Amino acid sequence: MTHDLAVDVRGLRKSFGDHTVLDGVDLTVPTGTVTALLGPNGAGKTTTVGILSTLLAADGGTARVAGHDVAAQPQAVRAAIGVTGQVSAVDDLLTGEENLRLMASLHHLGRREGRARTDALLAQFGLVDAARRPVSTWSGGMRRKLDLAMTLVGSPAVVFLDEPTTGLDPRSRRTLWDEVRTLVAAGTTILLTTQYLEEADHLADRVVVIDGGRVVAAGTPAELKSAHDAGSLDDVFLRLTEPSTATSDPSSEEVA
Amino acid sequence: MTTTTTTPTATPAAGARPVADTLTMLRRNLLRAVRYPGLTLFLVLGPLVMLLLFVYVFGGAFGAGVAPGVAPGAEGRAAYLDYITPTLLVLTVVGGATSVATSAAMDAAAGIMARFRTMAISPGSVLSGQVIGFAVQALAALVLVLAAALAMGYRPDADALGWVALAGLLVLLALALNWLSVGMGLNARSVESASNAPMILLLLPFLGSGFVPVETMPAGVRWFAEHQPFTPIIETVRGLLGGAPLDGTTTALAVGWCVVVGALGHVWARALYRRERR
Repeated sequence: MTHDLAVDVRGLRKSFGDHTVLDGVDLTVPTGTVTALLGPNGAGKTTTVGILSTLLAADGGTARVAGHDVAAQPQAVRAAIGVTGQVSAVDDLLTGEENLRLMASLHHLGRREGRARTDALLAQFGLVDAARRPVSTWSGGMRRKLDLAMTLVGSPAVVFLDEPTTGLDPRSRRTLWDEVRTLVAAGTTILLTTQYLEEADHLADRVVVIDGGRVVAAGTPAELKSAHDAGSLDDVFLRLTEPSTATSDPSSEEVA
Repeated sequence: MTTTTTTPTATPAAGARPVADTLTMLRRNLLRAVRYPGLTLFLVLGPLVMLLLFVYVFGGAFGAGVAPGVAPGAEGRAAYLDYITPTLLVLTVVGGATSVATSAAMDAAAGIMARFRTMAISPGSVLSGQVIGFAVQALAALVLVLAAALAMGYRPDADALGWVALAGLLVLLALALNWLSVGMGLNARSVESASNAPMILLLLPFLGSGFVPVETMPAGVRWFAEHQPFTPIIETVRGLLGGAPLDGTTTALAVGWCVVVGALGHVWARALYRRERR
């Protein structure tokens, strides 16, 4: 039993029909650290997070999160994690405050504690002024912040962030980065997927590069740069990953 | 920027709290109904327009066809109001069910259902909240539709027990159709197709004893009308409102259909909820 590993993935395999998405992925995230899962579109990043967050079932291999097997003890895994997916998972018809209260109720926090947690998170993410307006009137950046705030209501030990800053302006991106650092300082373990090398460089203790459903490199940003004799993670990324055959998705292009 | 210290303590390990979670989800559903009254308004307006249309436009002629010895015109309208008010109460419940599919598909498309699925909540509560929430909305719509019928001159003969039984049957029907409809919503590929899928349910009462007696239909259609679930359900509602003694077989069929459809819908919807989606 490896208590020092918040995420422990061995030989993870997953296919959708004939299409193999994960072809034996190994991945570990030590407790209290940030690991960035880096890869081009279609590399298998989201599928990995999907399996770790109990949304998808693996075809082979094992995955343990916070010491629990995702297949055998999904509810125990769910109790330990917080997930922010690629789509903002907020209720558009409710206000920001109501969205957070909803999460507090689902975490069985109790009225007073739920209110305190809601108010604290609204303040932390700078959403107090908009708190009583329906989320449908909010900007994309604000919705993303609320999305992350909702993930944090239950104070999860392990947080999965799937492309958390895709589509955000540079300022909102910095705010989210600050929040990630705050979480890590408090001892939270974070696995984030990103296509932004700058993001991985800034935030991650370790970077795992995946391509075509396999891990092609892993290490600290510095290790990766020196091992591949590259000046930046950009160079490492370009050297390691084959040109994407997937149709280009304009919404996921680098905007920073 | 102020900062909250977030101590990473795991949530108290998954003690399932199905009742608390269902109530939370029910509250969310009703809050959404208040914020987006269009969907709820549609539940009342649909049956109301049909009531006016079928009574004041068609009723004068149709009424003479559904009750023996009734003259066309005002007498026919009164007779037809009597005949179709039970049907429209059933249709109100069906209309409510169609909204459930749309609502479930919207949740699935918005990603919030994926969020719920990654949380240690009672897995049934997400769907139960919708099913019960729309049943509550259907009950509110039923009161309004019935009030309109009363204002138009409808005079039911049900006693207290009859009203209680009527409410029970309509709630049972709402729960059954809502479970089926949640399944349709989760099974649909888009919100648009989810809103179309349950339309077949709205059509079924027309192919039964809802608007004209089945005896007037050609053999094949009549066979279908006599054996489909809505005919015994509408006949039971009609019987309860009319204060007449109920036919045992018809009542048993009505309740039985609701239980079977509800149970199958429940199992189907729960399986679809667990199904992976990319």
